[in-house]
Amino acid sequence: MYKYIQIIGFISLFLSCDHSKKLTKTEGENISISKALKSNPAIEAVIAPYKANLDKSMNEVLSYAVNTYSKRDGDYNTAIGNLMADAVFELSNPIFKSRTGYELDMVLLNHGGIRSILPKGNVTTKSAYSLMPFENSVVVVALKGSVLMEMTAYLKAFKRAHPISGLELVLNADNSYQKIRVNGKAIDPTKTYYVATNDYLYNGGDRMYFLKKSDTLYDLNYKIRNVLIDYFTKYDTLNPKKDQRFIKLNN
Amino acid sequence: MKRRKFIQKTAASTAFISLSGLGLTSCTQSTATKITILHTNDVHSHIEAFGPNEGRNANKGGVARRASLVETLRNENPNTLLLDAGDIFQGTPYFNFYGGELEFKLMSMLKYDVATIGNHDFDNGINGLYAQLPHAKFDFISANYDFTNTVMDTHVKPYKTFVKDGIKIGVFGLGIELQGLVNKAAYKETVYLDPIEIAQDMSRILKTEEACDLIICLSHLGYEYKKAPSKISDIKLAKATQDIDLIIGGHTHTFLDKPTVETNAVGKSVLVNQVGCYGLYLGKIDFYFDAKKLKAIESDTQRV
Repeated sequence: MYKYIQIIGFISLFLSCDHSKKLTKTEGENISISKALKSNPAIEAVIAPYKANLDKSMNEVLSYAVNTYSKRDGDYNTAIGNLMADAVFELSNPIFKSRTGYELDMVLLNHGGIRSILPKGNVTTKSAYSLMPFENSVVVVALKGSVLMEMTAYLKAFKRAHPISGLELVLNADNSYQKIRVNGKAIDPTKTYYVATNDYLYNGGDRMYFLKKSDTLYDLNYKIRNVLIDYFTKYDTLNPKKDQRFIKLNN
Repeated sequence: MKRRKFIQKTAASTAFISLSGLGLTSCTQSTATKITILHTNDVHSHIEAFGPNEGRNANKGGVARRASLVETLRNENPNTLLLDAGDIFQGTPYFNFYGGELEFKLMSMLKYDVATIGNHDFDNGINGLYAQLPHAKFDFISANYDFTNTVMDTHVKPYKTFVKDGIKIGVFGLGIELQGLVNKAAYKETVYLDPIEIAQDMSRILKTEEACDLIICLSHLGYEYKKAPSKISDIKLAKATQDIDLIIGGHTHTFLDKPTVETNAVGKSVLVNQVGCYGLYLGKIDFYFDAKKLKAIESDTQRV
């Protein structure tokens, strides 16, 4: 009996050499990839031809940014978000009007869709790719005023600086509405409003499901990034501002 | 009952005697082992370092620098794994122009061991991801995306195991819910399965069937959603599961100074780490293992 158990003991002993290691200590650190590290030349050599080809297209100077603009510079609206929404409004509206005879009422984009800062200094084609790397394009939906109210409820609930243009939304400190205006007027629940957005949001991105409550979809086949490139080409100086279009009062 | 207890004790002491009798020859090399886990997430096609005027990211990042750091760390400890938690794609013109080819080529040169799939890895559609697979000399893992009815079927495993200096490491992947985040036309018939249920299955398989010493979850769920506390996140996953030692996260671009220590469902510690985005940081976790022979024998013998 004892002998048998002893044999088991031996087997356990051998197993323990391979399998019974015990986790005793854990250490962690997140190391900054800084200038102090040298670059691996083999990696650089592989990147070089890809980079040379890209740089030809990317380095054209289109405009000049007066300051550095970040989507973090504001709670409910930001200078960079306002620039993007205003650019979409300004450059999409003539196309939409020429195709349909209607005018845009407003623009709604998403805060998460601003993918970089716009640094102070020269603005290049690459800046537009950094801000908007995605291939999303401008679509226009026709929404009833009642659906627009669902949009304002969404904006109020999410408390994010989703870029808007044409809509004015002022919240009281208790989160009730102080003011809702489209083109300076109160929303008429029965009227149809034309809202420019992007196909990502229309297809359910950021759960903006109210955008699907449109009987018609107008795809302008105009990439948001190309809107930015055209806007930067049109204006030689960029100086966007945070303003009063979407704010919460301290009352 | 008493008799059985006595036998167990005897067995333990017999084994102890045997150990000294045998000498330590068969076990001497395995006194302590260090396993290093290096990781990135949400690199988003940031191949080059940021330029000098790029705000808070100025002069940071760059794959060529990461490569030399990884090389140095691998030389310090060959028992190293390099992992990526998804969103490899999208963010610079390198992706728009070349579709992810260069990202995968460079990760292969850095000898990434395994990566999981982020929502932006579907940005050129699931076919766009599939098209770049020949450039990746590392595997993709995802346990909660069912790719059965897609082109990615058989190209993604739920988990992968590695053995480094006698330590068996199991790594499984988890992806974020795609509906509302990615266009259905892009992810097609990819089916999202519940991350907590899958994580529990995975940790059981890796612990009991695969007998792993270290279990890592490579997640693109996101660190924590304070505004949407019901949404699954790495922090929630850590608390709700067991047997996971480390959750490496992504998606929320969360910069942590050091890994967070959470308490799991059975009161044990789990590490949760994430290194922001754009290849600005490399995460490094060292696990030290000691061969606790006597203790191991006692517990093994008690099972007899």
